[in-house]
Amino acid sequence: MTALITLARGFGPVVEGEAIVSEEGFSPRYDLDRWSGVITKPGHRLEGLSIKDRICFFPTAKGGIAAGWAFFDIQAKGIAPRAFCFGVTNPVMVQGAVLAGIPITEGWSPDPRTVLRTGDWVRVDPGRLVVELLRRAG
Amino acid sequence: MELTAEERAMLDGAEGAAVQRALAYQVEVGRFFGATRMVPITNAHMMGDIEVLGDAGLGFLQEMQRAGAKARIPLTTNARCIDFAWAERLGQDPAECAKERQVIAALQGMAVMTTDTCINYQTLYQPHLGERVAWGDTGTCIYANSVFGARTNFESGPAALAAAITGRTPDYGFQRDEHRRGGFIVDIGGATLGDLADWGALGKLVGEGHQSYTAVPVFTGFRRTPLADELKQLGCALASYGSMGMFHFVGLTPEAPTLEAAFHGAVPPGVERMAVDDAAIAAVYAGYDLGAGDAKLVVFSGPQLSLFELRDLARLFAGRQVARGTSVFVTSSNGVLSAARKLGYLAPLEAAGVCVLEGVCFYILQNLSQMREREGWRNMVSNSAKIVNIIGAHRFRTILRRTADCVEIACTGRLA
Repeated sequence: MTALITLARGFGPVVEGEAIVSEEGFSPRYDLDRWSGVITKPGHRLEGLSIKDRICFFPTAKGGIAAGWAFFDIQAKGIAPRAFCFGVTNPVMVQGAVLAGIPITEGWSPDPRTVLRTGDWVRVDPGRLVVELLRRAG
Repeated sequence: MELTAEERAMLDGAEGAAVQRALAYQVEVGRFFGATRMVPITNAHMMGDIEVLGDAGLGFLQEMQRAGAKARIPLTTNARCIDFAWAERLGQDPAECAKERQVIAALQGMAVMTTDTCINYQTLYQPHLGERVAWGDTGTCIYANSVFGARTNFESGPAALAAAITGRTPDYGFQRDEHRRGGFIVDIGGATLGDLADWGALGKLVGEGHQSYTAVPVFTGFRRTPLADELKQLGCALASYGSMGMFHFVGLTPEAPTLEAAFHGAVPPGVERMAVDDAAIAAVYAGYDLGAGDAKLVVFSGPQLSLFELRDLARLFAGRQVARGTSVFVTSSNGVLSAARKLGYLAPLEAAGVCVLEGVCFYILQNLSQMREREGWRNMVSNSAKIVNIIGAHRFRTILRRTADCVEIACTGRLA
């Protein structure tokens, strides 16, 4: 399997899942309904989309100390994504993902927006620092 | 990571299961960022309330307490989601209130000082230049790094708790010199910045265009000395809109006596420069969608108000009444509100019909979405650019206005 994207930093086990490729950054506090897993911030480019069981590609992290607990919370509620891949993240996202045991990565080449579409099935390997494409969206 | 003999013993369980778990967690986070060591800290500040913790977070705190966790340095708490004196009137869930009491009990059982304030830097502790701390709430971090010259990363609840349990934090990000260097210049010589909301608007303009934890703006050209409350609004907005952890303000913040000092040497040729003037600030106010124009909710919160802000607000509300059908909320800490009551600043607010909440922040109030639906709130007007940004997930349409305009809107029920 050839790597579609190489990553700079990562934590967590290998996971597979359906990709969500976002043009906009993310905060579980500002953007997410933490009871349903749906992005509810009015005007967010992914408004109405659920992140549950997805592999989320976000270019940036927004604000929010609350992610530290929020990821643990959504993991326990069964509405967490399978992995977070950020272009640029902040410590809170990493602290939260490590606590919750959710794989997280930072830094990418090339930009997933140029090679991936929402709905593609991908594998993220935070140890080898690669994202592989398993199949295209139908 | 290179750990000391003491740290290796901690990881091996020599100081108990809680210390072992906390340090192992910190090492994992540090490894992600390439930290090669842990550094000692003197103070920590954490977010932990039932709204953000959920049942899983509460369970985690109780488990850590049972494992013998104790804060070995002062660990204070951020604003929480329930003011018990108001819970019933606000229609908050009694079961969640009971859980919030369990959160507080678990924290106090770990020697956490439940101060319930997001303005610890104004009211509780002011670390000195170079002092290492582990603070959470982004507004506290950016103030510590920028205005005090202390060193902290964004330390979320579990990270700040772990830091207090071990007395350490991983050495990465703003703990290190190289990340504290200025990144771009913001000339504010053409901006009057006469109201707190203007400072938030400035933070929005700079933050939105540079969403990066590691972007460090360097402000120049301002012609008077900003007040602490103004820098508070600026920092909170930069952190909120830009996820930023530090700024320099030439001639004001301790690591920027000169422009060159802010850049750790010569200003790089071709460095990005932007300017924010009065017209740009005015455009921020003009840019909000007013929807149907309802003015049923005005909020002074996020961050909590200082004693000085409360005094100013008391003067603006004195002798006036909040319009029928409009709700106004003010939040601050126990310490500030106690002093404000003693000094007579709360009486005019309460006489006007303003709800003054203690130890909370409006945007994290338990049951806020349900409250919004019950009260028919659609627009939320505030003088805080931060809360205007962050309350979105609760489906408010948010509008930034200057402080006196907010009071006028509150008392007339009309949104201009």
